[in-house]
Amino acid sequence: MSDITHTDVLIIGAGPIGLFAVFELGLFDMRCHLIDILDRPGGQCAELYPEKPIYDIPGYPVVGAQELVDKLLQQIAPFKPGFTFNRMVTALERLEGGGFRVTTDENEVFEAKVVVIAAGGGSFQPKRPPIPGIEAYEGSSVSYSVRCMEEFRGHDVVVVGGGDSALDWSLNLQPIARRVTLVHRRPEFRAAPDNVNKMHALQEAGALDLVIGQVSALSGEGGKLSSITVKGPESEVVVPCTRLLPFFGLTMKLGPVAEWGLHLHENQIPVDTEKFETSEPGIFAIGDINWYPGKLKLILSGFHEAALMAQAAKHVISPKERIVFQYTTSSTSLHKKLGVPD
Amino acid sequence: MTKLTYIAHDGTRFEVEAENGSTVMENAIRNAVPGIEAECGGACACATCHVYVDDAWTALVGEPEAMEEDMLDFAYEVQPNSRLSCQIKVRDELDGLVVTVPERQG
Repeated sequence: MSDITHTDVLIIGAGPIGLFAVFELGLFDMRCHLIDILDRPGGQCAELYPEKPIYDIPGYPVVGAQELVDKLLQQIAPFKPGFTFNRMVTALERLEGGGFRVTTDENEVFEAKVVVIAAGGGSFQPKRPPIPGIEAYEGSSVSYSVRCMEEFRGHDVVVVGGGDSALDWSLNLQPIARRVTLVHRRPEFRAAPDNVNKMHALQEAGALDLVIGQVSALSGEGGKLSSITVKGPESEVVVPCTRLLPFFGLTMKLGPVAEWGLHLHENQIPVDTEKFETSEPGIFAIGDINWYPGKLKLILSGFHEAALMAQAAKHVISPKERIVFQYTTSSTSLHKKLGVPD
Repeated sequence: MTKLTYIAHDGTRFEVEAENGSTVMENAIRNAVPGIEAECGGACACATCHVYVDDAWTALVGEPEAMEEDMLDFAYEVQPNSRLSCQIKVRDELDGLVVTVPERQG
């Protein structure tokens, strides 16, 4: 097991609310570390709608979603948060001597005095296409990502999709697979043109097959896939397939949060509206993932929740310290923390 | 007001009055039409508001733009009359529009 990373506050989710929580916690001298399943900060703002405008952030008549994320990163920079990307938090346990241990899907371990769940709609996970019976092959012949290329060596690999992941893996696996077939519903691809050209070159050289259509059926035995049926515009074809890689984008699932012993309310975590604490003392939940009477899934509501949560978190970490309420506008001690020149 | 009809996967018909300028997705959500999820809230970023436009209406509704066509790659059982309902704006000419909701969204 790797070394343990220690922090005051471990924030699960680096969306806009998780990011702003760093600011509010930082004003009270709490160091933060954020973990996110995506490869960059911003959550839904970065993944789903980076170029879309948001009209209900106070003070901004209009702000782009990615622009908001960039400004939040700038705003929290003085507090030097730690980030771990491409990781899903799988376990959250209470330590006997106080505080929590958080483990990721790559077995990294973090210990924190307070945990803040700011996981929005849950973790982004690959979409599973509704091909009848696909579950029976998952984990053996069907996977939604490539962890180890060797597992594809010598196989009849079918990659489904028209984006960068589909093209990247078709090209990367082509030299080691027995055969790579790329299946896409139309002749146009979203992927980088350079890779599309490379794919067509391989196709013309007879080193890779491209089939236009949609996967309609799977066949195999005992969890082992042997072929797939692709329904094209005019006809159906059967393609030999022992490894299937469907790339249909991401969807949000609550994921392991449901296994951490917290009370849940329809896939959301109930909290009180004074501290935004969950049913487990020391674990807070803010943003889209929490629930309370009157809850609105708005970024601005999440910002408010982060501010109140920070007061309560400070009390958990330093129970004896009196919390002095200060304004960032005028407080010289806050100015020092923010790096504002006097 | 413009009349829209949604046919759910089980054949149930939902007839709703829609305001011009709103989207076919928004009216489905407002009227709790089952099978339209709209996970991204209408940003053309998720393909979970996929519908089939009734054949009589495809010409009037029109073709998807490039961005929507890209996003349809994430939908299932895409057909020539597939559209993302968040990208169809209600207007006078669409009075009487009929769309069918697929069995499953992406």
